[in-house]
Amino acid sequence: MSSSPPTPGIPPTEPSASPEAEPKRQGTFRALARLYPYAKPALPRIYLGMVSALIAGVVALLIPQVLRQLVDGPLQTGDSAQIWPAFFVVLGLGVLEAIMIALRRWFVLAPGTHIEARMRNGLYAQLQDLPVSFHDRWPSGQLLSRAVSDLNLIRRWISFGLVLLVVNIVTIFVGFVFLVNISWELGVLFMVCSIPLWIYGYLFESKYSVVARRSQDQAGDLATTVEESVHGIRVLKAFGRGKYALENFAVQAEDLRGTEIEKAKAIAGIWLWLVLVPDVTFALSLLGGVWLAAQGQITAGELVAFFATATVLRFPVESIGFLLSMTYDARTAVDRFFEVLDTENTIKDPERPKTITDPKGKLVFDDVHFRYQDAALTNPDLVDGVELTLEPGETMALVGLTGSGKSTLTALTTRMYDVTGGAITLDGIDIRDLTRVELRAHIAMAFEDAILFSATVRENVLLGRPEATEADLAEALEIAQAAFVYDLPMGLDTKIGEEGLSLSGGQRQRLALARAVAAKPSVLVLDDPLSALDVDTESLVTEALRRSLSTTTALIVAHRPSTVMLADRVALMENGRITAVGTHSGLLESNDHYRFVISSLEDELKRERTEAAR
Amino acid sequence: MSNVSVSGVEGEERDDFTTGESKQIRARSLKLLSSLVRPLKGKIALTLVVVVISTLAQVAGPALIAIGIDRGLPALLKLDWMPLSLTVVAYLVTAVVGASLIAWYTILTARISQAILIDLRKRVFLQTQNLSLDFHESYTSGRIISRQTSDLDAIRELLDSGLNQLVQGALYMVFIAAAMFSLDWVSGVVLFIALVPLWFLTRWFQRRSQKLFRQSRVASARLIVQFVETMTGIRAVKAFRKEKRNEEEFGELVEDYRDVNGRVIQLFGIFDPGLVLIGNVTLAVVLLVGGLRVAEGQVAIGALLAVLLYTRQFFAPAQEMAMFYNSYQSAAAALEKISGVLEEKPTVADPTRPIDLWQAKGHVVFDDVTFAYNEDRVVLPSFSLDMPAGQTIALVGSTGAGKSTLAKLMSRFYDPTIGTVSLDDVDLRRLHPKDLRRAIVMVTQEAYLFSGTVADNIALGKPDATREEIVRAAKAVGAHDFIQTLPGGYDTDVNKRGGRVSAGQRQLLSFARAFLADPVVLILDEATASLDIPSERLVQEGLQTLLSDRTAIIIAHRLSTVAIADRVLVMEHGKIVEDGTPGDLIAGTGRFAQLHAAWRESLV
Repeated sequence: MSSSPPTPGIPPTEPSASPEAEPKRQGTFRALARLYPYAKPALPRIYLGMVSALIAGVVALLIPQVLRQLVDGPLQTGDSAQIWPAFFVVLGLGVLEAIMIALRRWFVLAPGTHIEARMRNGLYAQLQDLPVSFHDRWPSGQLLSRAVSDLNLIRRWISFGLVLLVVNIVTIFVGFVFLVNISWELGVLFMVCSIPLWIYGYLFESKYSVVARRSQDQAGDLATTVEESVHGIRVLKAFGRGKYALENFAVQAEDLRGTEIEKAKAIAGIWLWLVLVPDVTFALSLLGGVWLAAQGQITAGELVAFFATATVLRFPVESIGFLLSMTYDARTAVDRFFEVLDTENTIKDPERPKTITDPKGKLVFDDVHFRYQDAALTNPDLVDGVELTLEPGETMALVGLTGSGKSTLTALTTRMYDVTGGAITLDGIDIRDLTRVELRAHIAMAFEDAILFSATVRENVLLGRPEATEADLAEALEIAQAAFVYDLPMGLDTKIGEEGLSLSGGQRQRLALARAVAAKPSVLVLDDPLSALDVDTESLVTEALRRSLSTTTALIVAHRPSTVMLADRVALMENGRITAVGTHSGLLESNDHYRFVISSLEDELKRERTEAAR
Repeated sequence: MSNVSVSGVEGEERDDFTTGESKQIRARSLKLLSSLVRPLKGKIALTLVVVVISTLAQVAGPALIAIGIDRGLPALLKLDWMPLSLTVVAYLVTAVVGASLIAWYTILTARISQAILIDLRKRVFLQTQNLSLDFHESYTSGRIISRQTSDLDAIRELLDSGLNQLVQGALYMVFIAAAMFSLDWVSGVVLFIALVPLWFLTRWFQRRSQKLFRQSRVASARLIVQFVETMTGIRAVKAFRKEKRNEEEFGELVEDYRDVNGRVIQLFGIFDPGLVLIGNVTLAVVLLVGGLRVAEGQVAIGALLAVLLYTRQFFAPAQEMAMFYNSYQSAAAALEKISGVLEEKPTVADPTRPIDLWQAKGHVVFDDVTFAYNEDRVVLPSFSLDMPAGQTIALVGSTGAGKSTLAKLMSRFYDPTIGTVSLDDVDLRRLHPKDLRRAIVMVTQEAYLFSGTVADNIALGKPDATREEIVRAAKAVGAHDFIQTLPGGYDTDVNKRGGRVSAGQRQLLSFARAFLADPVVLILDEATASLDIPSERLVQEGLQTLLSDRTAIIIAHRLSTVAIADRVLVMEHGKIVEDGTPGDLIAGTGRFAQLHAAWRESLV
């Protein structure tokens, strides 16, 4: 029961369903008990719901008792006047049962949905809080299946599965008591016959929960594939690989189908027993009951009551099967939920945060190291001892080859990742001593890929400072040369597609730039912000940035001399280290590597000369 | 409202359809459903037979008990064991048969339900791939994902349990009614009268729940959209401190979803006890009527017991049918949304009678092409261009001049509004899609990586490529060196959205993809924008050999690329304003000469 399940059979190229190490498997009860904090406020209502359900169950069991009285009394004597009271009692009990069922539903309705909502909001908050490195590892389809399907399942289990499981088991025992009360021989017979059910139900867990887990993981992988096929639609279309993607998808879908059928087989197994055992019990009870009646040990009324009671008990007994499978499904869902919630956040706010009251914008990298946790030991650090100081108001260009660590270095400034050695300080304070919110208010970023959301232009640009005025907005758009937004159908209120799909690369980049500028930070970190711009626009943006950057510290990753021109100084990055700092012209003269990285002019001239000669 | 259409995904978020619109939507859902079910007719028939027999076996139970009491007991009193033994054996047989068949049809229905689901999944996936970019630009990925996940979950729930519940429940009710009539027709009549309130209750539930289920589908889709966007754009969310605001927004969506879900459950919370109430009242009446007649000696006690057991059992499946009805309504709402997506017609449709082009030469012609997004946004007013096979063309011009549109028309991401684009004199709209994609490949600025290895991602250009071919392609574009430094080389997992590969490296990989695909016509739309200068130089060297024998159109802001072109086109406002060799244009005084001079300035 506590042995760890085999790793799901996922093809090696697929991302592992749950990249975290498989947590030690606990018992189902303990796993489900983790829901307690979420369920706590709702518990009184859930208990009341159980009580209502229990009353409903007992009421249903009382009806046969009335029958017993009726059969042994008025029906034997033929006194039809006595039938009326019995009718009213049965009617009253029937109405009471319906009311109790209604009450149970009413009691558990609200808490179930509230627990689900609370867990969903909690998961979302945790996911937003977890560092980027977590999101690098976890495909969002897996996260989505946890946030939607799994939590749905948990809600249904709490308000339906849990309540019925508890109530039905109690009802079964109460029913036994009634049966024994009617005839102890028949009651014992009934109880003994149902023993195989309990054994099978217990064995069922180990069979079923492994498959249940696999199916939920595979469903998450499938969601990931769907998501990628939509996000990468242009690549797939450009190469005409729609069919190919479908084949891959189909393979995964087939895997899921296989698992589901396996699951169905397990369920079929338990169904078989859950139907067979009561039926066999009925047959044996018939034999025994009639014999006892013939012996005169029980009355006809008792026989009738016995079978009527046993019939009432059929539903609770049969329901144990799907209630158990539902419980194991819910348990798996709880495991998957807590896998995310238990993930320790490695990038947290400090316990006693410092604050910068008068930000100047002095950014210092002090022997900064960074490596990914899972990088091979033999690999050198990706950022390998960077020493760099940006004075307030200074614009520093960061130049280096692709893969030299520039983008990583910029990501460290806002704690997208944390340094693994050394420190980054802002105005003399280690950035890890600031809250993340404050840090990110001081330092604004524009990424290599312009990430836009499906919201209006205004919302996208003012993401970092929603309270900004119209004038600030206009200024930011002006600096980023993003005036094209005024020509969109609804101007600033045009809703741009997710990831700005309907905009060109250059337009997206300018909006992302405008967003960073609009945040009015004291330090601006721009990761190759002008790469998709044409020459004219680029020079206009450069011009505008130079004006606006005069008071803002800026770190700009650049590939082009034209962007480098913005900077007061240039830092050259090579294999994770800053190997030279100086002015553009100074470095051009003194540094070979810098010339190699930044200058294509020589090359151009050579080519032009040969062309001319041709 | 009368002009609003509900075809395709239009009006997807509404829940106030008119009768006509509801009819239209229901019709398309039913059409979809029947097309899903048709190939499974045989399996469904088998399952039905199994269900019928197993239900018969189960229904026999109470009748056998009645026989046991009414005939077995008197016989036993005469020491005749025969009738009782026979009854018990019969009961055991029905128990074994019934239970085994139930197990069997549980597996059978799972197979049917999974077959339908996989069919539906593939259809939606394929449709997503077939739909044109303009659809994807407005229909966010989150909504597609919610169609493929939560909507399919709803349908799955119906198929998994619902089908059994429906068939078994209906059969149960029919059989039980029949058994009751044969045992005691008066009780049968009482049961029939009980059907009247049952019908009204169900009708009421259907009316009220349909609207709520539609709202629930919309609410869950909104939730998913917000969730997916947050996770995809997590860096921007963090950098701009959107977490708190997101939590509020998401919290509202969660609350909306919770609220509508709550109301659905509430509705069911009335429906279900309502059914129990009807059942119990019927039971009491059957007891009264039967009891009075037993007292008069018209009915045997065993028969009365059987009739009572039957009445109880009659309404148990009624509850199951209620559950079925619940999941049916939920699935129907989901099917409506899915059928809407499936109903969408791609604006760039595959030809019905495609023309094959096995060996393309690469002669591309724009013949008086007009392209407009809508009446107000004409991007290309009237455009003609002849690109001889093998020519390398550089396309320059400011943002918004229509360069990317040209590239999209050439790769048939869009179709021209008027006029034709042709390859080797075949209209692209009539060309076999396979041949089109083999002949023309576009590399864009943003290079999307799929989860999988580096090699997998390159192999997208040619799925059956060998490792040697992949490595050769990577070497040709200068990507080999950095791939070698990755922890697992070509087998390194690129992770979600290429998290650990820089933008420049991603561009190199997508170049390698294109190189591997080996098309006759290559379109490079800002494909080198994120590369550093040395890498760009390497790519250009690679390009010179790559492009020597193929048609190419290069859109680049960095004019360095222009040097390898045979011909330069300068575009302004959707028109070609200059056309000539690079040398001629640089030597002239036109727009290109100015651009080139400005660019030269910028290099120092």
